[in-house]
Amino acid sequence: MTEPVIELAGVEKAFPFFRLSDIHLRLEAGQIMGFVGPNGAGKSTTIRLLMGMLRQDRGEIRVLGRSMPRDQAAAKRDIGFVSEDMRLYGGTTLAWHMRFVASVRPDWDPVYADLLLRRFNLHAGQAIKALSHGERVKATLLLALAHRPRLLLLDEPTTGLDPVARHEVLAELMDAVQDERRAILFSSHNTQDVEQISDAITFLDRGRIIESKDKETFLDSWRRVHLELPVSGAAPDLPGAVDTTVSGRTAVITTRTYTPDVHGACERTGAVIRDVQRMTLEEIFVATVMSNRRRQDA
Amino acid sequence: MHSGLVISHADPRPMYLQIMDQVRRRVAVGDWPPAFELPSIRTLAASVQVSVITVKRAYLELEHEGVIVTRQGRGSFVADSAGLSARLHHQELDTHLAAAADVGRRLGLTQDEIEVRLREALRRQKEKDV
Repeated sequence: MTEPVIELAGVEKAFPFFRLSDIHLRLEAGQIMGFVGPNGAGKSTTIRLLMGMLRQDRGEIRVLGRSMPRDQAAAKRDIGFVSEDMRLYGGTTLAWHMRFVASVRPDWDPVYADLLLRRFNLHAGQAIKALSHGERVKATLLLALAHRPRLLLLDEPTTGLDPVARHEVLAELMDAVQDERRAILFSSHNTQDVEQISDAITFLDRGRIIESKDKETFLDSWRRVHLELPVSGAAPDLPGAVDTTVSGRTAVITTRTYTPDVHGACERTGAVIRDVQRMTLEEIFVATVMSNRRRQDA
Repeated sequence: MHSGLVISHADPRPMYLQIMDQVRRRVAVGDWPPAFELPSIRTLAASVQVSVITVKRAYLELEHEGVIVTRQGRGSFVADSAGLSARLHHQELDTHLAAAADVGRRLGLTQDEIEVRLREALRRQKEKDV
């Protein structure tokens, strides 16, 4: 096994009104990890720690085999970083930015940069001031991609993009990991993007990781089970149930550890299964956050 | 390489099942003949824009079903077994029949009642063809 691209162990970072606690995370080469959390969950803080832009209070952070923030200069040579608050210089053109990044990035690939210009429908001569929001996002992404970094750290790369621009961006990310030495970590509120292209998914809420798994295991283990209860019968106690809603003789149970054994467990109580539904990542995310908060607040 | 596979987000089935289905269909109709080399996992993932792990799972399960074979380091190929295309057509029918049998059972119908309904469906189909 080669060394992971990202490894966080027991990382903590406290601010006056927010604390990131006990962060353990691992991203392997060739993988895309989706980082999902409500606003203020700690996604951007975690990405800033990975970039060495913040220093952790405790715990170890290794990125591309380098200890952060100590060896950040060496690590950053192979990282492409895009965040919402990154600004391009308004008085210049995209071509000016491309020349500038090329001059500081020895690995800049001008042929790939030109290809990205075409795929993103951008024009190098365009003034930055005249770019739309979507074009600006694609421009910063182009600048991050064109030196072919081994790790892409993207903070909300698809937020505010129209459907066509989103499609172009997701296609480019999938294209980047055709090289299996590369890896991507991206944060998003858009669970559909995450569900579509991520290999691994991490949920963050209130500064803690509340779930981190490979996507297939994730989607496979959650189900909504619709039951018809026997007259004056109670809903069965299913393993992994995070929510049970009973209305008359109808019950809906949400479980996070579905197996076919659930059928036997229901039938033994006299309940009849009417439907077993898979859930979208968005539904799973909301159910996870809600059940976690109920446990915390109890 | 353009695979011709398409993932639909309006389809309630998980993405790996959609991929499996479309690969099976291409094999069944002969677009992808025996020993045909499938796109690599990463190429297909990039072409349909779904995670590598999802395509990997689809290929693994297709391998278990005997539809494709994967040779370590060389790629994945359509299985070279006789009658695979016919078997896939039958398999598709069996899947639908199993689902119908399941619904019948849940509705509390007897085997005879289900059979009567199947014959009825066949008769209606025949009338439509005339």
